[in-house]
Amino acid sequence: MRVEALVKKRKYNVIFFAVLLILTLTSIVLTEFDAAKGITSIPRAIRWATSNFYPDIKSLEKIPRIWIKLRETIFLSIAATTMAAICAAFLALLGSKTTRVNRLLGAASRGISSIFRNIPLTAWALILLLSFGQSSLTGFFALFFFNFGFLARAFVDTIDEVSSDGVEALQAAGATYFQIIFQAVIPTCLPQMISWILFMIETNIRSATLIGILTGTGIGFIFELYYKSFQYHVASLVVIFIIISVLVIEFISNYVRRVIL
Amino acid sequence: MNLLEVTNLSKQYGHDLLALQNISFSVQNGEFVAVIGPSGAGKSTLLRCINRMIDPTDGEVVFDGVQMSKLKKNELRMQRRKIGMIFQHYNLVSRLTVIENVLHGRLGYKSTFAGIVSHYGKDEKKQAFEIIEMLGLTEQVYKRCDQLSGGQKQRVGIARALIQNPRMMLCDEPIASLDPSASKVIMDYLRNISTKLGITCLVNLHQVDVALNYADRIIGVNKGKIVYDGPPNLTPEEVYMIYGSAAGDLIFDVGGQHAS
Ligand SMILES: Nc1ncnc2c1ncn2[C@@H]1O[C@H](COP(=O)(O)OP(=O)(O)O)[C@@H](O)[C@H]1O
Ligand SMILES: [Mg+2]
Repeated sequence: MRVEALVKKRKYNVIFFAVLLILTLTSIVLTEFDAAKGITSIPRAIRWATSNFYPDIKSLEKIPRIWIKLRETIFLSIAATTMAAICAAFLALLGSKTTRVNRLLGAASRGISSIFRNIPLTAWALILLLSFGQSSLTGFFALFFFNFGFLARAFVDTIDEVSSDGVEALQAAGATYFQIIFQAVIPTCLPQMISWILFMIETNIRSATLIGILTGTGIGFIFELYYKSFQYHVASLVVIFIIISVLVIEFISNYVRRVIL
Repeated sequence: MNLLEVTNLSKQYGHDLLALQNISFSVQNGEFVAVIGPSGAGKSTLLRCINRMIDPTDGEVVFDGVQMSKLKKNELRMQRRKIGMIFQHYNLVSRLTVIENVLHGRLGYKSTFAGIVSHYGKDEKKQAFEIIEMLGLTEQVYKRCDQLSGGQKQRVGIARALIQNPRMMLCDEPIASLDPSASKVIMDYLRNISTKLGITCLVNLHQVDVALNYADRIIGVNKGKIVYDGPPNLTPEEVYMIYGSAAGDLIFDVGGQHAS
């Protein structure tokens, strides 16, 4: 029986890769993407990057300006995620099967989080540009709305996965709704929720660069500024700063995760 | 007077799955009753319909003179305090300590706020420590529950139920996840609780031999119906009736026991 299962699995794998190959070929044909030209231009791109896109001594003078903008972006990401997490936690309590008040509110809550999550971040930024213009508020709300939807979903899954057993026991003992939330749901879910929040902050700093280009704020703005004025050395320095900050945040969040989980 | 009276209880899941059909029985104060039957027979559903963790489709449950189906939300909470529940998977808040989990059994007696901030009285803590000692968990009091063995976790579950000062214990397969020696310890504790403290026990069990050894009375359930209700000396034919065609090896077990 196990052999049969194995053969079956192999068959599915073959089918999966065949479908993937067909899809890839079709997309290349449909988009008129010239694969050969694409590949041959890679060396040229590398040559350009190595001769222009590296920080030189003079660009180092710009470090203080870059740092200010980077800080702005990091704080914006953290603020947006934290606020979104608080709102998402309430939405998730209504949406989770374990803690929902009733079916209708549960479905509504999951619907809301799905809408917010499925509008791409850049689309949020473009929509919000109309109301807030090019300001850091646009970036903040774009990140906030997207994180809100994403975290609400992640929290619902967390609550359903890890806390339903304890919740059932406290319900059977006659505990009230809020006693159950504080004595069973929060203690079991908090570490995993914090882990999600940290993950979101990391992601945000990456996306904040793109958002910054659109909204003219933060590290994205300063990158675009130098890039458009042909100061590639400084622009490359900005990229290095972004990479370093993402790595540092990743390091910190991994550390925190190890401690709390 | 009967502590528990179940009349014509039915539970339907979806459109066509009748998990319980016209179940009627009563349990006297202090009785130790084992509910046995193959998996999927409706044992868990039956237990949960009693404290309304599942709302029955039809029929009536009267516990301690109170009609359960008539209760409003808050009255139901008050009534549930009198019924301790034990689960197959222990259902502890595993990141909290033993003492925190045991005290959870007091939440039904507290205001929402006192419960949220874990404000327990001196006598409640004293009782918690006494129960923990009785169950042999004194060394584990401040350990997190995810560091305990299965048997220890189930004892925490029992402690949490006992501190409710319940009149009845509902135990849903309390030993199904345990090895034989831990199972024996748990069953001995449950038997003791019934004999010494006079708390009525209704225990779902998978294992016929355990049920016959410990219970005063057996209720056999098959396909949502009671097919046996009587003393714990079943004939192989009666075991076959409860377990249906899946009973082959079980009958052999029982036969062996009668011989010894
Ligand atoms: N929440 C549910 N929704 C639908 N069907 C269920 C649900 N819970 C149990 N059932 C079905 O009801 C029947 C009885 O289940 P259960 O009471 O868990 O049996 P047991 O505890 O004896 O194994 C089974 O057929 C099971 O599949
Ligand atoms: Mg069951």
